Amino acid sequence: MYDVAIIGAGIIGTFIARELSRYKLRIVILEKDNDVANGTTKANSAIVHAGYDAKAGSNKAKFNVLGNAMFDKVCDELDVPFKRIGSLVVAFNEEDMQTIKMLYENGIKIGVPNMKIIDAKKVKAMEPNINDSIVGALYAPTAGIVGPFELAIALAENAIDNGVELLLNHEVNGIDKVEGGYKIYTNNNTINTKYIINCAGLYADYIYGMVANSHFRIIPRRGQYYLLDKSAGNIVNKVIFQCPTKLGKGVLITPTVDGNILIGPDAQDLDDKEAVDTTREGLSFVKETARKTCSKIPFHKNITTFAGLRAEPNTGDFIIEASKEVKGFINVAGIKSPGLSSSPAIAKYVVEIVKSMIGCLEEKEDFNPRRRKRIRFAALSDEEKLEIIKKDPRYGRIICRCETITEGEIVDAIHRNAGARTVNGIKRRVRPGAGRCQGGFCGPRVMEILARELGKDMKDVVKEGSNSYILTDYTKENIEYEIAKELVASSHDEESRR
Amino acid sequence: MGCRLTVSKEENGYKVTGNSCKRGAAYGIKEMTNPTRVIPTTVKIRNGFLKRLPVKTNGSIPKELIFKCMEIINSVEVEAPVKIGDVIIENILGTGVDVVATKTMASISCKKI
Amino acid sequence: MLKYEVVVIGGGPAGLAAAIEAKKNGVQSILVIDRDRELGGILQQCIHNGFGLHVFKQELTGPEYAERFINELKEMDIAYKLDTMVLDISEDRVLSAINTKDGFMKIKAKAVILAMGCRERTRGAIAIPGTRPAGIFTAGTAQRYINMEGYMVGRRVVILGSGDIGLIMARRLTLEGAKVLAVAELMPFSSGLTRNIVQCLDDYNIPLLLNHTVIQIKGKNRVEAVVIAQVDNDKKPIPGTEKEFDCDTLLLSVGLIPENELSKSANVKLSHITGGPIVNESMETTVKGIFACGNVLHVHDLVDWVTKESQKAGKSAARFIKNQLKDSKDIVKTFAGDGVSYIVPHMIRTHNIEDTLDLLMRVKEVYKNSKLIVKADGKIIKEIYKKHMAPGEMERISIPSSILKEQRIREISVAIGKEGE
Repeated sequence: MYDVAIIGAGIIGTFIARELSRYKLRIVILEKDNDVANGTTKANSAIVHAGYDAKAGSNKAKFNVLGNAMFDKVCDELDVPFKRIGSLVVAFNEEDMQTIKMLYENGIKIGVPNMKIIDAKKVKAMEPNINDSIVGALYAPTAGIVGPFELAIALAENAIDNGVELLLNHEVNGIDKVEGGYKIYTNNNTINTKYIINCAGLYADYIYGMVANSHFRIIPRRGQYYLLDKSAGNIVNKVIFQCPTKLGKGVLITPTVDGNILIGPDAQDLDDKEAVDTTREGLSFVKETARKTCSKIPFHKNITTFAGLRAEPNTGDFIIEASKEVKGFINVAGIKSPGLSSSPAIAKYVVEIVKSMIGCLEEKEDFNPRRRKRIRFAALSDEEKLEIIKKDPRYGRIICRCETITEGEIVDAIHRNAGARTVNGIKRRVRPGAGRCQGGFCGPRVMEILARELGKDMKDVVKEGSNSYILTDYTKENIEYEIAKELVASSHDEESRR
Repeated sequence: MGCRLTVSKEENGYKVTGNSCKRGAAYGIKEMTNPTRVIPTTVKIRNGFLKRLPVKTNGSIPKELIFKCMEIINSVEVEAPVKIGDVIIENILGTGVDVVATKTMASISCKKI
Repeated sequence: MLKYEVVVIGGGPAGLAAAIEAKKNGVQSILVIDRDRELGGILQQCIHNGFGLHVFKQELTGPEYAERFINELKEMDIAYKLDTMVLDISEDRVLSAINTKDGFMKIKAKAVILAMGCRERTRGAIAIPGTRPAGIFTAGTAQRYINMEGYMVGRRVVILGSGDIGLIMARRLTLEGAKVLAVAELMPFSSGLTRNIVQCLDDYNIPLLLNHTVIQIKGKNRVEAVVIAQVDNDKKPIPGTEKEFDCDTLLLSVGLIPENELSKSANVKLSHITGGPIVNESMETTVKGIFACGNVLHVHDLVDWVTKESQKAGKSAARFIKNQLKDSKDIVKTFAGDGVSYIVPHMIRTHNIEDTLDLLMRVKEVYKNSKLIVKADGKIIKEIYKKHMAPGEMERISIPSSILKEQRIREISVAIGKEGE
């Protein structure tokens, strides 16, 4: 019997697991996919918002400001890249300036520190590539950028280091309320637990519906993005927002922690919770809209486009509460933007809810908040490179040219807790394939390493989901030349053509 | 290679224009009368530095025999080491053409190639 | 710190030819560095024939072509390091490189020859909308899986791009038992050789859809279908022409880009058009003592020309070391005129030319019955009649050095002219 079962291994589920792992509890995370951070967490704007735009008094407002301030410490503990680069909301006319003033006043009310409204000259000094028609901007120095899936992966690893169990490929199909807890039926087995924390992202309404009449609905709101090569460089230095609209914060342009440029998203409400496909219309909307901020964006340096689904609640605000209908069930649902920014504070708050349910939680003496540091070969000095290869020759073999990633780093990413099992899993942890060649050179080599380390044949290595096979067979085997027969049949045609 | 051939049917055979060498003329006529092809492909190799050994037919075979040849080639497995030019399949389908290795491949046990 | 007279980065056709030629021209200490597990570069996966007609006057496969040079390199006792990656080159030609055996190395070279080749353009570069399932490969990656690793990449395949690699892979996949449903080409013509269209597509009844492109990819885990549409003159899809192909694989053969990350680290100036270094008559880049050749310089269609260009680079590096390359303020610039997209080399110091100056170039469109007109400061010095020219086929013009040395010239231009003009 577990004390706590967390459903969903996205940024929220993993953060809560890590915070709860400070206490003497038996905790399990159930994840339907074959990796953590595989839903909304892997495809979003990767921004830690300053927090000026949510309505005062809302959960969004409260948790964003609190959460933002917590990022430096947790990212340092977990060795996750985080940069507090600041953000600008840019205004191109008087109406925009009014919006900015409102945002500023709202930010003051909520408690966002150090904001400033700055004039065109100052904006251009900060961001010379912004269009000349700029009038002014709201500058929020506390905004930052982070690797969202790196953070969730690190949280999962640290949680497991501290005793949490992670069950991947465990899709929850049903939940029964029983005496003193719950029975959770997965595609694999049945899990017994005293408490459930529902962090199922897009499917949170569906999960809650298994035990109660869900009073909320989660609407998938799709956003599409461009990711430009590092050589697009310093086209912008800060997170650049346009003035917000009803559907969201508009199309932003931002550097990523890895030095790429990210542009997006649009916003489109859908019915399908799996519709992460990009569309011609969506992409061209993003492109055209972004050019209103900066007409010089080098879109020819695009290396990939992608779409993510935000978990938009029909209630308009984060739902973070113990269920009033069933005992021992906590919903953490509808965590859309600024969900990532709020996640550290949400996790702390959920711990308080759990405490109030159980009565008191006993802290572990041996809780280790730090994750073993990752070796980032490219960032090492010449001397350090020399040393590390001497110690482990696998760091002397570059697998990914674009990002300078060594075999040693890939092997480490496989064998850590919450380690990589798929080609994309490797890419999200250590970045081979995330560069400009998109895996053209390193793909076969990454597959080879994965197969070797996991004791599999290369044919059984997948890209992402468990059915996303990359290779279909060995050559020379199981061949039927149907085409040979077709050619014979069509040879008469050919004759006549001559 | 870079030539654009025009082959026209005349009373006593074919006429090729656009060629810059005799090879081109011969190719042009053959293409119209009895098209033949060199097949470059691979065979399985055991104990080799790679899993497949590149091979080719050392002459052209009639086009319609391509898949029959492939069936035979696919069924063959050789053992490293192999030297470039080694005959892998002799006189395939009685065409008088051999399938030969197009690469020297050491065996895994002696890694130097 | 290791010291060599010439360090060649890349052991493919360009690097091999350059190293061998440097040795033939008296350079004693040469090191070839390659990131792969064997020499030969991409030729090792290009198992098809058609290589060597110009250099060897016979048709070889890629591995055969490579092996001739590899054998020569070994016979000449030229040193090489495999599985070795160069991380950085400084402007004064100090390289850092790593491998598992030697660890981290600093290598000082009197001359460096860049021969890193090119990489393939990806789906991202053309931003095809749709899902992101497994089953989308660049043609070269698929070629490596099939020809070297022995794995099949799909059963029902659509190919986007009709360059030679796309065409060759259509045949390879077919011979390995896959069904190739179509090859779509955005342009109104294929950039591949006619022979390849006949022998790789027509032989197997594979349709070539000109003026078509892939507008959508479907499938959650693995590719399930792609949608192909016809495009108009602006390359925009024409509504109503969409056709869905049920397939499990999409192969992309949508262009090659010179791989110049290292060149940038050495501050070598690159051309916006070729994506490769700007070079002079000796294949020397804008950084003294750093030379470039092969696909890192500009993407070639025939390996034979890579070999010839690289021999020039190798010889030039030898001349550089012997102080035989003379600097000059009198630099002749080459200029790509009407219909020509670029010319390599970009700058010429005429006194360094030995017998002929070879200009390599690509044209912008398909031209029939046209001329390549070479002018020196506006005066026609050479005209070459061409029955057919296409962007996919590199054009090559040799100009005897005597013409150039006669008078002081400032600019050599090449443009397309219609016959009779």
